[in-house]
Amino acid sequence: MADPFLSIQHVRKSFGATTVVEDFNLDVERGEFVSFLGPSGCGKTTVLRMVAGFEEPSAGKIVVGGKDITRLKPNQRNVGMVFQAYALFPNLTVAQNIGFGLKVAGMPRADIDARVAEMLGIIKLPQMADRYPYQLSGGQQQRIALARAIAPKPKLLLLDEPLSALDAKVRVSLREEIRSIQKKLGITTIFVTHDQEEALSISDRIAVMYGGKAEQVGTPFEIYNRPATKFVANFVGTLNVLEGTVTDAAAGTVRVNSEQVSLKGKLNGSKSGDTLSLALRPEAISLGRQPGRDSSLSGEISEVHFLGSVIRVRVGIGGNTVSLDTFNSPATPPPAVGEKAEISFSSDDMLVLH
Amino acid sequence: MKAGRFWAWVVFALGAAYFFIPLIATVEFSMRMRRGVYSFDAYKVVLGDERFQATFGYSVLAAVFTIILGVLIVVPAAYWIRLRLPQLRPIVEFITLLPLVIPAIVIVFGYIRMYGSNSPLPFLASDTGTNALLVIGYATLALPYMYRAVDTGLRTIDVRTLTEAAQILGAGWGTIITRVILPNVLIAVLSGAFLTFAIVIGEFTMASLLNRPAFGPYLQNIGANRAYEPAALAIIAFAITWGCMSLIQILSRFAPRSANRPN
Ligand SMILES: Nc1ncnc2c1ncn2[C@@H]1O[C@H](COP(=O)(O)OP(=O)(O)OP(=O)(O)O)[C@@H](O)[C@H]1O
Ligand SMILES: [Mg+2]
Repeated sequence: MADPFLSIQHVRKSFGATTVVEDFNLDVERGEFVSFLGPSGCGKTTVLRMVAGFEEPSAGKIVVGGKDITRLKPNQRNVGMVFQAYALFPNLTVAQNIGFGLKVAGMPRADIDARVAEMLGIIKLPQMADRYPYQLSGGQQQRIALARAIAPKPKLLLLDEPLSALDAKVRVSLREEIRSIQKKLGITTIFVTHDQEEALSISDRIAVMYGGKAEQVGTPFEIYNRPATKFVANFVGTLNVLEGTVTDAAAGTVRVNSEQVSLKGKLNGSKSGDTLSLALRPEAISLGRQPGRDSSLSGEISEVHFLGSVIRVRVGIGGNTVSLDTFNSPATPPPAVGEKAEISFSSDDMLVLH
Repeated sequence: MKAGRFWAWVVFALGAAYFFIPLIATVEFSMRMRRGVYSFDAYKVVLGDERFQATFGYSVLAAVFTIILGVLIVVPAAYWIRLRLPQLRPIVEFITLLPLVIPAIVIVFGYIRMYGSNSPLPFLASDTGTNALLVIGYATLALPYMYRAVDTGLRTIDVRTLTEAAQILGAGWGTIITRVILPNVLIAVLSGAFLTFAIVIGEFTMASLLNRPAFGPYLQNIGANRAYEPAALAIIAFAITWGCMSLIQILSRFAPRSANRPN
């Protein structure tokens, strides 16, 4: 990235003696949609609030469009923000809410009206202009909040868990709508969430955060399939973890529950006799031997959950349990608990967690 | 169940009697100025009295200034405490309760000592200064009510998020207070204002000791020297207070409804 639009450089934030964000670095390109994903308390909101100007970094700087904004007040930054708690002004109508930022900026009345009408069209609520916030559903309120945030054409759009107060259906449809509006307007966006599906489905890139640091920044595909750390692998998606012991570091063989698996070229740095955590995504495992899968392990079926089109099976392998999904097929009955079973996978799909 | 109902009504009737009988008796007495028939003569005399008009006008004006001063002090203070200094709330609440504990007479003697004509701040040297001091004193007396009303109003909105939402949209403190905070606590402010009005209209101690031509001292003076007029005045004062209270009730229906109540 030659010239990032937003650059968060070595940012640190302490409240008293506790450091909440440590050496956080992130470059975001113009028009990019980046999600902050991480467990509760990992500092997502704190980083976002520093970008917005509500908190001042204890160290480091934040640059937008080549300009250092680290010490600017929130009302001088030209940033849009959507809050988890909607935060519409209860005393103003929908149109007045959307026009608030424009009025503060001193835009002429007629221009405000035109822009508000345009925004109402974009969020597909053109008939709601004269309603008050209490007359709207949560999903509608959050769309108005989005319109209010983008009406003044901000340089950056920040969203702090904007969907977490909504019910599941609205959440899915609104996240897609946010993404399509963002794409249409080409607005650089940071989206905070602790819902991995949300982050995976709508982001250009994801910054997975843990303990105040960005553990990994990458595309959803990279984050999911090539997690860089044990935390990322565990936090994103379901993961089956098996304990293994390196038997021959040079040849790349690992013993898992008395069977050998070859992981050539993946053991970088491990010595013979080391214990490793090996991880497999459920979708990388099949029941029974399959063509094209070079490795297999045997175990015993411990649980079977019939979920309709998919059957989730858990297989005990030594002291570990792995879960995997098979498609339901009307012709063959599902496996039974207690049966001996063999699982197969491709050793390429196995992640070695360091 | 039935018996419980019955006793509830008995208690209610006793309470109502305790409240209404003196009131009705006063009304009745105030209408007996003309011998043998009921009339509103006492009211006519009172309302036609120049001193009534002058002192009442003075007190209304004092009340208006007290309300303005109270709003200017209390709204930003209560807002700032909720926004930035929530740990100070118990202390501030205690301080705002002090005027209920410390008698007005103590406050007024304090003023007279502090602001006498040969003190560095000689409020009492001029009429305007004394009037200002009276208004300041009234604002102190009304503080417990004003603060509680405004603080209750602020509790119904998410002060911090609304402030931040306005800030990020480019608003400065002036805009935030006048366009976001005040309109949402306006009803609370108005109920505080009416309580202040009711207190100021009947206040005696401060006005009398500062020797101001207010309604309270006039009431006292009439009460000591006439028979029927004080009863009429009491009813008028009562009607004003009650009018204020019902206005608060009516206004509270127009409060902007908040869609997202914090917690
Ligand atoms: N003003 C503050 N004073 C002290 N500690 C704070 C303050 N704000 C946040 N923290 C602490 O910083 C840590 C990170 O908080 P933050 O709100 O950034 O987490 P988050 O990742 O957004 O979590 P969540 O998903 O629950 O919203 C938490 O441990 C929190 O207690
Ligand atoms: Mg948060």
